[in-house]
Amino acid sequence: MDFATLIQLLDSSIRLATPLLLACLAGLYSERAGIFDIGLEGKILISAFFSASVAFTTGNVWLGLLAGVASSMVFALLHGVASITFRGNQLISGVAINFLAAGMTVVVSDSWFSLGGRTPQLETSGRFQNITLPFAEQLQGVPILGPIYHDLISGHSILVYAAFLIVPLTWWLLYRTRFGLRLRAVGENPAAVDTAGISVVRMRFTAVLICGVLCGIAGAYLSTSLSAGFVREMSAGRGFIALAALIFAKWRPWYALMACLLFGLLDATGSLFQNIRLLGVSVPVQFMQALPYILTVVILAGFVGKAIPPRAGGEPYVKER
Amino acid sequence: MDKMPKWADIALIPFINLLLALVVSGLVVLYIGESPLEAMAIMVRGAVGTAYGWGYTLYYATNFIFTGLAVAVAFHARMFNIGGEGQAALGGLGVAVVCLSIPWPHWSLALLGAIAGSAAFGAAWAAIPAYLQAKRGSHIVITTIMFNFIASALLVYLLVNVFRVPGSMAPETARFAEGTHLPNAYDIAPWLGFSRSTPLNVSFLVAIVACVGVWALIWRTRLGYEIRAYGHSQTGAVYAGINPVRIIMISMLISGGLSGLMAINSVMGEAERLVIDPVQGAGFVGIAVALMGRSHPVGVFLAALLFGMLYQGGAELEFEMPSVSREMLLVIQALVILFTGALDNMVRTPVERLFLAMRKGS
Amino acid sequence: MTDTEPYAIELKGISKAFGPVQANKDISLHVRKGTIHGIVGENGAGKSTLMSILYGFYKADAGEILINGQPTPIPDSQAAIRAGIGMVHQHFKLVENFTVVENVILGAEDGAMLQPSITKARRILKELSDEYELHVDPDSVIEEISVGHQQRVEILKQLYRHADILILDEPTGVLTPAEADHLFRILNGLKEQGKTIILITHKLREIMEVTDSVSVMRRGEMTATVQTADTSPEELAELMVGRKVLLRVDKAPANPGEVVLDVKDLRANDDQKVERLKGISLQIRAGEILGIAGVAGNGQSELLEVLGGMIPAAGGAITVNGDRIDLTGSHSDGQSRRARGIAHVPEDRQREGLIMPFMAWENMGFGYHHDPKYQKNRLFMDNAALKKDTAEKMERFDVRPPNPFLEAKNFSGGNQQKIVVAREIERNPDLLLIGQPTRGVDIGAIEFIHKQIIALRDQGKAILLVSVELDEIMSLSDRIAVMFDGQIMGEKLPSETNEGELGLLMAGVTKGAA
Repeated sequence: MDFATLIQLLDSSIRLATPLLLACLAGLYSERAGIFDIGLEGKILISAFFSASVAFTTGNVWLGLLAGVASSMVFALLHGVASITFRGNQLISGVAINFLAAGMTVVVSDSWFSLGGRTPQLETSGRFQNITLPFAEQLQGVPILGPIYHDLISGHSILVYAAFLIVPLTWWLLYRTRFGLRLRAVGENPAAVDTAGISVVRMRFTAVLICGVLCGIAGAYLSTSLSAGFVREMSAGRGFIALAALIFAKWRPWYALMACLLFGLLDATGSLFQNIRLLGVSVPVQFMQALPYILTVVILAGFVGKAIPPRAGGEPYVKER
Repeated sequence: MDKMPKWADIALIPFINLLLALVVSGLVVLYIGESPLEAMAIMVRGAVGTAYGWGYTLYYATNFIFTGLAVAVAFHARMFNIGGEGQAALGGLGVAVVCLSIPWPHWSLALLGAIAGSAAFGAAWAAIPAYLQAKRGSHIVITTIMFNFIASALLVYLLVNVFRVPGSMAPETARFAEGTHLPNAYDIAPWLGFSRSTPLNVSFLVAIVACVGVWALIWRTRLGYEIRAYGHSQTGAVYAGINPVRIIMISMLISGGLSGLMAINSVMGEAERLVIDPVQGAGFVGIAVALMGRSHPVGVFLAALLFGMLYQGGAELEFEMPSVSREMLLVIQALVILFTGALDNMVRTPVERLFLAMRKGS
Repeated sequence: MTDTEPYAIELKGISKAFGPVQANKDISLHVRKGTIHGIVGENGAGKSTLMSILYGFYKADAGEILINGQPTPIPDSQAAIRAGIGMVHQHFKLVENFTVVENVILGAEDGAMLQPSITKARRILKELSDEYELHVDPDSVIEEISVGHQQRVEILKQLYRHADILILDEPTGVLTPAEADHLFRILNGLKEQGKTIILITHKLREIMEVTDSVSVMRRGEMTATVQTADTSPEELAELMVGRKVLLRVDKAPANPGEVVLDVKDLRANDDQKVERLKGISLQIRAGEILGIAGVAGNGQSELLEVLGGMIPAAGGAITVNGDRIDLTGSHSDGQSRRARGIAHVPEDRQREGLIMPFMAWENMGFGYHHDPKYQKNRLFMDNAALKKDTAEKMERFDVRPPNPFLEAKNFSGGNQQKIVVAREIERNPDLLLIGQPTRGVDIGAIEFIHKQIIALRDQGKAILLVSVELDEIMSLSDRIAVMFDGQIMGEKLPSETNEGELGLLMAGVTKGAA
């Protein structure tokens, strides 16, 4: 593999890791607050559709992003009402949200555009443009560093940079602010939060809505940045890979970044090279695709360090004495 | 005393939940600019108005009975097996292996072999998550989701690299031999009016047997008794000397086996070869079916029939009302899961209050 | 202190009912500032309910709360915190993987940023720990420190919130004696600084040691309030247990036969690896009832659970009719115990003894569902036989309504218990383990169940009775062993002891120490 191919591979990894990262951080907020969310997939999908549709109709990608985030938040709210207000099963609610998104996106897009579950191709103004960072052109000629800066670091859409910035932001919020302290506490022991005079319901709804916002951005990135429009099922299991990354990262932001980059790299490798030879054995591309899931099961089984989820996760909080 | 009569719990609440799901679905249809009532009429007519429709309705229902029973058995042990999709795909693999490797002289023998193969493969695919849950406490919902994806990758790999017919581009196995072709409804009972090409086949009868079998297992055997006891109270189970590891393993193996059995209908009975996605979401429909059917085989049967009608009716709807796409089914399915599963308390609490008030009043 | 100074806490006519159960009846309480006031009473006497009302978890049906002479409505915990009330719960409300300082500031942060709060909390923790001997490392993680230290964190949490009134609910239940002594020093220090402390406990020794005044609760009522200096453990024990009319059980003298159960040096740990049985040895002969008296939580439950095969033992030996039984592994479960002729009425019928959504007939086979007489063949159970059997047993044990198809949850407590007792006694076991046989059971059913236990004894069976009801132990047992802190404090004959003596043993006071 030559240097240019390596840069190409890493560049592709970053692009593919971005939606995973956003969704993974989304799940982090929700699950840290004690609300399991297997509906990340659905929220990404619904946002991808509404972002593309509104971006196409208005010709303004920012309005598209707004619509995508709003739609994802509506689904997040639904999850909150089911699992916080009515103390329903969080897993079942997540399953329902995934199907709802899979169905609604196609039904509505057929009705709006009659393109068999797609939105029309987005023109330039309907997409997030790639940003060239300062001096990228000038430095392109510098050996090694030039291509790294110009081809790898520069030249992504603003959402990519946003996603990477949200990692330190999340870390800071989680470990350096009052909000983060309470968020982590409510996912570990809601009774402690309740007796300290803080509303468990409010904390959890806040977390679920943040989850909605981040999934919304992830969806918008898929349809208005990575691609130029919405196609059915375009989330393609990314919500579940993000979930896997979250477990892999043991619910911590910096590790989430690592996990998502790793899974992004696997994805990029799989699509760039059809045949990978490792130690003389040809590794099938399907194995690369399944690797995130296999790794997650290994982690869950506790063979490589135990992944302990937030202790109150999945359980509706019922106030007792 | 109970907060409300039993019939309200097993019939009224699911009915209200279903009604809510349908009303919201109707609003979606209305939004698209079509008449929900007309859509409903088309669906009902398409599903049960003709022998052709019935053939597909019951064919779909057969799939959903198997996957619904699978989810239901796991529910009884208080486990949420969301891996029906992967277990059924592996079941398809089991069917393919059985049908392709042995020159079956007669379909009845082939059916028995395929039942064993599909159930064994499906159960094996459920065994790993079950073991991890029982012994290491790994959350079965997450592991079964992961196993769905791993199954799908595995199947693609095998179809592309192992089972593909040499020279063919299609990632699917060769057609199964004549000796494995299951008789369909036309072959069995031509007087019922099914056409020669109806997908409804003898697997439907196997599904009914499975319903009876699950009913007997859950309500008539010691094992079923232990599964239910464990599902209701794990401390109680320990008191009675019921081994939790054994119950988790066995109930998940049965669940995976039932999911796998779905393949005798879709892979052996209908496609007569293994294609890349033999399950087509039926594993997930099983969740809705089990929730609606309150995990009882009779309920599962009725709910599967309902979803069979939805699927077949949905196909007709797409044909006659092109503006309503087939994915409307997914919306209805999602809403059924949402209202009967996650938002159950939203309906239950007020209904309970109503009954309490009525009792006090009388 | 003068008489004109208002009380720190004054409760007037507090009543609280949960459905038909009157948990608190017209309770009045006065606690002076700068004192330690004890509240004693048996389980279910209403102590916790009363304190929950004071801390805003429950709303009283009637009554008034005055803090420092001011009427103070307390609708929620926040109001309680504002009124200067802090509560240390029996089960700590700490975030296990947070540090001490994080737990202390949770909910009492000074601003959106954590750092200033943490710095401030560190300083205050330092001051508090110097002042009250409340030493804890502010940066250690809760799950890595001892239970005693965790409790200090709970106290620090309350002091950090400027609590002037501190309620401690059974604070020594989880502590070693040395830790308990340290706690009492802390409480005395707090008292000297003018804090008011309410100590809820059932251990009389603690009351005598640390309180200034004490109130006794029984069956939801406040039966007495006295100065600690003017009373004695014997008097308190009497007030606590009460002079209930002993339910006369006609019972012939025991006629003990061979040894049925022989327990030697039995040890067991709980989930947290805390030793709950610390070397129990006892024997029960055929035709006698051994009663285990003791305050709940002193190892009686674990004793029943080990004997019943629910949890493994960590050491020791058990023989039944001379045969050694397995204490760990797959032959140490409820099934194998039943096969040995051991029947078990568990302490908690709703969580263990019955499957609440199961119908009566299904519950009648619970634990005995392998019994050949309930099997049709190798595969199927003979439900018809079980139903018929159930109908007969319900008739004999006067279960009302005698409907085998009613779900367990729809029977009253007494009738639920009759189903369990019928199931276990009708097996004609060699050894019956029976825990809290009449908890939450009405008078009529109590009498009936007692008669059945005696009848089983008279058939020459061995019976191990665990109960927190002292009069039940007194009237049924042929011998009484008292458990405290995982050990047997002593054995008495009912005819040669009295409630006062047993009460002292239950509180861990042996003759020499009292």
